[in-house]
Formats: sequence, structure tokens, C-alpha cells
Amino acid sequence: MNKLLTRRQVIGGMSVLSLGVLAGCGDSNKLSFKYGKDLSDKIAGRTFKLKDPQGNVKTLSSFRGTMPMVFFGFTQCPAVCPTALARAAQIKKLMGPDGDTLQVIFITVDPERDKPEMLDAYVKAFDPSFVALYGTLEETAATAKEFGVFYEKIPTGDTYTMSHTATSYVYDTRGVLRLGLSHSLSAQQCTEDLLTVMEVC
Amino acid sequence: MNFDRPKTFLKHALLGLSLLGVAAQASAQTVVEDAWVRATVPGQASTGAFMSVTASADSKLLEVQSPVARIVQIHQSSMKDDVMSMQEVTSVALPAGQPVVMDPSSYHVMLINLVGQVKEGDKVPLTLVVEDGKGVKQSIAVEATARALNAPDHGSMHDHSKMH
Repeated sequence: MNKLLTRRQVIGGMSVLSLGVLAGCGDSNKLSFKYGKDLSDKIAGRTFKLKDPQGNVKTLSSFRGTMPMVFFGFTQCPAVCPTALARAAQIKKLMGPDGDTLQVIFITVDPERDKPEMLDAYVKAFDPSFVALYGTLEETAATAKEFGVFYEKIPTGDTYTMSHTATSYVYDTRGVLRLGLSHSLSAQQCTEDLLTVMEVC
Repeated sequence: MNFDRPKTFLKHALLGLSLLGVAAQASAQTVVEDAWVRATVPGQASTGAFMSVTASADSKLLEVQSPVARIVQIHQSSMKDDVMSMQEVTSVALPAGQPVVMDPSSYHVMLINLVGQVKEGDKVPLTLVVEDGKGVKQSIAVEATARALNAPDHGSMHDHSKMH
């Protein structure tokens, strides 16, 4: 009796631990990337709740089945944001048919100035499939905190610009955070690592 | 454009610079090349202007003016731990004969509170105010072409700069 219970408990425990295997996905907790940073042991982005420009509430699970690549920025950003979005568009092309799985998500760190309609036009200028998300100041702060993303306003004369983390965060199709892509990587380098994520699940 | 003539002239002059010393005998000249502005979507409040600036004598870029924006500032981008930071700067040093590349990853011109949308192909007037070592100020008028919003930031000038 005792033995049986123990065995049951063990089996129960194992099945929780190896859900990934049962779901037919790779069982590795860690992934080895050539260029990016493995974030498989980090939990981030599980609870964010933001709106798309049409006003629909979006969470990470809204993008289930796709491979979300999340980037934080703002439209008045002259450098890193258009460059990162242009890179994302290029990555999507380089991935070929697999590129359809990639879902680029741009979260504004400047919701006071990035109004929905303009924000939508901005990201869609790079690729019509790209999605922009925004929140209140509090929601934005909470989301950034969850990702470990830094951002701050830098006053310049009568206006301000923003400093922010330029990392792109990639999830696998089950919503498990996998990969951090630095801004310095090329589209080609990112694509190689993204295809590694795709092999997992 | 009367701008093109001195530009072409100086380009040629620079090629033979070591032999002729043309730049030395003329008053300080500043050449601006590959000037471009990133196009915007309607309602977007600001954008960046990028170019390569070469002064014949040690000079400083003090300010940039443009009718397309209510505020024009010179910013410097810097990257640390994958955090991109921006700072407004009061001037940009232009060492004699060295092209200073103003691109999204370093110094660039911010056109803030745009008066209207900047569309791809638009000619955006920019005036650069440059001061030479003697304190003589010079205004250089440039027409920057608006490139698509999704244009890659690393143009030919960037690759060129790597050669130095």
C-alpha cells in the first residue's frame, strides 16, 4: 500500500515536471544559442495585460501558437526602435515559411505620446503583421518590471526622450520565454537563434 | 544646386590633399554628405536626421535648424548593457579632414514636434551652424532626402567609416 502510494506520487511529480515532453516538445530546460542569451530559466511576461490599438486586451496567451518576439520602444525614438523593427521585418523574411510563426510585439514605453492610431501605423509600416501594445503608465511600468526592462525619461529642453532596454524577448509557441536578442546582433544571427527556438517546439 | 559644386570640388580636393594642401589655404570648409531623414507616419511627433560631416579645419557643429520641426536638437546615442540612452549635446567636434558620421548609433539630429508628416522622398531642408577654431561661424544649407521609415540605418557611409 505504502509502496503504491509512493510510486503514484513519484509518477504524479514526474508528469508535472515533464509536461513539455508529454506535449511533444523538447524537454530541455536550457537551450544553447549561438548569439543570443538563453532565458529558458527565467519567467517573464506571464502576467502582462495591455491593449492593442483597437482596444482589445492582450496577454501573452493571446499569442499562443505563435512565437512572440517582444520589444520595448517608443515612436519618437530615432535609432534603436526603427532599427530593431526593421531587423525584425528582415528576420521574418529570412525565416522563410517559418517566419509566419513569428509574432513581433512592440510595447510602447511612452504611452503618453504614442497614441493608438499612430502607434499602429508605425509598427505596420515595418510589417503589416506586427502588433503594438500600450497600457496606462502604471501598466507600462508593471510590464517593464516583469521583463526586467529598464526605461526612463530624459528631459531635453522643453521635451524629453527616453532611454530603454533594447533587447528583444522571444517565447516559444507554448509561451515559455526562451531567448534574449541583443540590439547588436544582425538579422542573420537572430534568425539562426530563432530557428533553434522553433526546433524546441 | 549651388551646394553641389563646392561639395564636388572639395571631394576632389581632398583626394589630392596631401600634395596640394588645398584645404589649408582656403577658409575652413565643411562638407555634408549622405544627409537623410527617416520618414514618419501621420501624427508621429519626431524623427531623426543623419549625415556625414567633414570639416577642412578643426571645427564644431553648434546647431542644426530646420523648418520641418519646432525643436531641433543634436543627440548622442550610447549603448550600455543593451540599454540605449540618448543625451542632448551642445556641440559635436569636427576634427580636420575626418568625416564625422551622424547615424542612429552615435550623434544624430532630432527633429522634434514636426510640423507635418515627413514622407519618403521628401526633401528636408537642414541648416548646419559650424564654428571653426577662430570662432568664425558658417551656415551650411543641406537638403536631406527622406528615406522610408523602415530603411536600414547602416548606409554606405557607415561602412566607409569603418575603414578609418
